[in-house]
Amino acid sequence: MGTYPREIQESIERVEATRPARLANKPARLTLQEQETLLKGFHPDYRAEGKRKLKVGASWGEPVPHELADLLEAYPLLDPGSVDVSKPDHDVDLLVIGGGGAGTVAAIWAHRSGIPAERIVIATKLRHGDSNSIMAQGGIQAADKPHDSPAIHYLDVLGGGHFTNDPKLVRAMVEDAPELIRWHEDLGVMYDKAPDGTMSTIHGGGTSRKRMHSAKDYTGLEIMRVLRDEARTQGIATIEFSPAVELLTDGQGQVVGAVLWNLETSEYTVVRAKATVLATGGWGRLHIQGFPTTNHYGATADGLVLAYRAGAKLRDLDAVQYHPTGAAYPDQLVGLLITEKVRGMDAQPLNRMGEVFVHPLEPRDVESAAFIRECALPEKGGRGLGVVTPTGMVGVWLDTPMVDMIHGPGAFERALSSIYRMYVRFDINPTKEPILVYPTLHYQNGGVVIDEHGWTGIPGLYAAGEVEGGVHGKNRLMGNSLLDYNVFGRRAGIAAAGWAKKASPGTPTLTHARRYAEQLKSAGVAPERKAPILLPEYRGEKALSRMVDLL
Amino acid sequence: MNEITVFIMGKGYRVPAGLTIMKAMEYAGYLLNRGCGCRGGYCGACATVYRLPGDYKLYADLACQTPVQDGMYIAQLPFTPAERPAYALENLTPDGATLLALFPELARCVACNTCTKACPQKLEVMDAVQSSLRGDIRQVAEFTFDCVSCGLCTMRCPAEISHHHVWQLSRRLNGAYLTPRAEHVKTRVEEIAAGKFKGELDKLVTMTKDELVAAYKARQIEA
Repeated sequence: MGTYPREIQESIERVEATRPARLANKPARLTLQEQETLLKGFHPDYRAEGKRKLKVGASWGEPVPHELADLLEAYPLLDPGSVDVSKPDHDVDLLVIGGGGAGTVAAIWAHRSGIPAERIVIATKLRHGDSNSIMAQGGIQAADKPHDSPAIHYLDVLGGGHFTNDPKLVRAMVEDAPELIRWHEDLGVMYDKAPDGTMSTIHGGGTSRKRMHSAKDYTGLEIMRVLRDEARTQGIATIEFSPAVELLTDGQGQVVGAVLWNLETSEYTVVRAKATVLATGGWGRLHIQGFPTTNHYGATADGLVLAYRAGAKLRDLDAVQYHPTGAAYPDQLVGLLITEKVRGMDAQPLNRMGEVFVHPLEPRDVESAAFIRECALPEKGGRGLGVVTPTGMVGVWLDTPMVDMIHGPGAFERALSSIYRMYVRFDINPTKEPILVYPTLHYQNGGVVIDEHGWTGIPGLYAAGEVEGGVHGKNRLMGNSLLDYNVFGRRAGIAAAGWAKKASPGTPTLTHARRYAEQLKSAGVAPERKAPILLPEYRGEKALSRMVDLL
Repeated sequence: MNEITVFIMGKGYRVPAGLTIMKAMEYAGYLLNRGCGCRGGYCGACATVYRLPGDYKLYADLACQTPVQDGMYIAQLPFTPAERPAYALENLTPDGATLLALFPELARCVACNTCTKACPQKLEVMDAVQSSLRGDIRQVAEFTFDCVSCGLCTMRCPAEISHHHVWQLSRRLNGAYLTPRAEHVKTRVEEIAAGKFKGELDKLVTMTKDELVAAYKARQIEA
C-alpha cells in the first residue's frame, strides 16, 4: 500500500510503533511563556530581514513583508494619464469589488437594506465565487451552545491574536456570529447536525469551547455556493474577469467607484458608485518568504494597493499566517491545505521518530513555529527531526489513521472527504498511512483599518473580509475567517447602503493615484515596479525568456 | 529532467513529468486567465478533457489535480453554458414536482451514466438524477454534496441537464426545509437580542491587557 519511498516507510513504522501509547496519552498544552519563546525563535514573522518599513503613504514607517512593500511602493499599473475616467460606463449605487464571500454577503445585505438589485454591481477578477472563501475546509466559529458564550469566544479570539486585536471589531464578530449561522440555516446551508438539528461542533486551535460548525470539510464551498445562489436569486449583476485596477475619487475626498480592466479583451470600464465595498481578499499568491500557499489564484493583495493609494490606513500586516498543515508530499500537492479539522479530530503531529512534539491544537502561529523548529537543522537551532522527501521537501507526520481509530471506521472519509479524495488520487490512503505536512502561507492577518461598520474612514469606501485588519490582530484562529467575512460583509453592506442613500458623488478622477505616484517619485522609488499585479507569474522561465509582444 | 510531450489544444510541448495539467500549461508559457481558480480542487474552474494515445476514451478531470501523461491531448472547458431558472427559495416546496417544474429536462435522462463517468469528484451523478426524478431531495443533496460545479457532466449529458443548478437547489431545499433547525442557535440569537451578554462584553472591551491575560489563562477548556 502507498507510494512512500522506502526511507520514508521506515519512519512510518516508528509512527505505527508509538501509536498505541499516543492513543492513550494526550500531549500537554504550552503556557503563554512557552508559546512566546517558540514564536520568537522559529516563526517566520520574527525574521527581521523578511520585512521593511514603508517609505510612503498613510502607514508610513510600518513594517510589512518585502513582497507587499514592493507592491505598495509601486506605480499605478494603469497609467492615470492614459485613460479618461470622467464619463462613467456604469453609474450605480453600490460597487462591490470582489466576488468571494465578503463581497457577496455585502451585496445581498445592501439589497436587503433597500438598494435595488439593478443598482448594485459585483466586479470580480475571476468568476463569482473564485476566492479563498470557497477553499475553507474546517469550519466557522459561533458561540451558540449552552455552555459557551460570546464573551468566551471573545477571550479566545483575543488570546489567539496575542491581545493585539481591535476590541470593538472582535465584539461585533462574536455578538453577530449566532445570528449569521441562523441566517445560513434560512438560506439552506447544510451544516453538520445531529438528527434533532443540534450542530455538530468540535475544537479548533486555540478554542476553549467546541464551537467549530462544519459542512464536512467543504464548509467554505457550501457556504459560498449558497450565498452565490442567493445573490443570483436577488438578481444582483456580476462582472466577471474584470479586476479593479484603481479606485476613483472625486474632488471632495470621496471614493466614487473604480476602474475595471477586462482580463480577456484588455478594455477598461469606469464604474461610478455612490458607495464602494472593497472585498478583494488576501495576499497568499505573493509567496511571502518563499512559502507555498493554500490561497486561490487571484490572492495578490490588490485591495491593499488600491485602498492605500486612496489614503486608507493599514494595520498588522507584519503578521503573516502560515497554516501549520500544508501538504508536503507528493509534489503535486505541496502547499495545499490540510484542514485543522484533521487535528480537531485527534490526528497528532509527529517527528521522524514517531514522537509527538506539540499539542495538536495550539494557535496556528505557535503550531507552525513548533513544526519549523522540529524540522530546522540543529545548526540553526532546530531539532533536525523532520522527514525529508525525495525532492528535498521537509515535513512532519500528521497521524491521520488516528481519526478512524478514535472516531470509528469511516469517520475520516465522511467528515474529511475532500482530503481523502485528494490523497487517494495519488495512491496514498490517509486512513491507513500518515501524511506529510509543513507550514504553508494561508492568511493575511492584518489589512485595511475599519470601524465596526466596515468603514475605512474614507467617505464612500468600506472593506470586508480578508482585506481588512484588526479583527484577528496578529493571528487569526481557525473558523474565524468565514465568520469575519459574514459579519463584516453584512455590516459593510448595510453601512454602504446607508451611505449610498445620501451620497452625492462628483466627477470621477484618478487624482489620488497621480498624487501617490508623485510621492513615490519624491521618495526615490524607481519607476519600473507596477501594481496591482492581478495574477502571479507561474510561466516557465524558458518560455518567458523568449516572449515578445507583437500583436 | 525527465520530460514528456503533451498536446495543448493539439500543439505539442515538452514539459517535465509529474506536473499537473495546469502547471504543465504554465510551464509551456500559457498565462491562465480562464480555467484557473483555486488551484486546489474546490472551485471547478479548470474542467479539462483529454485523450491518451491509443485509447478511444475521452477522459474528463480537473487540471489542477491531474498529473500529465506522455502523449496526452488536452483541451480546457473553462465555461459551461447552463440554464439556471429564476426561483426564490421561500416560494418553493421541497419535493420532486418543484425540481421537475424548474428543470423539466431531468425527465429526459436516458440513464446512460456518461455523467458519472465524467465526474472528477467520482460522484454518483446518474443516481442523483434518478433521485431527483423520484423526488428524494435529501438523497440528491447527499449524493451531490461534494460537487464542485465544474460542468463536465453537463457538457457530456445527452439529455442536456444542467446538473449543478439542480444540485444547488436540492441542497438548499434540504438544508432549509428537510433538516431540523438548531434550537440552541435560535435560543442564543434571542438571548443576545435580549442583552444577556451585554454587561459581560461591555466589561471585556474595556479591560487592560493584564486583566485580559489573567481572564484568558483562567478559561476552562472543554474536554
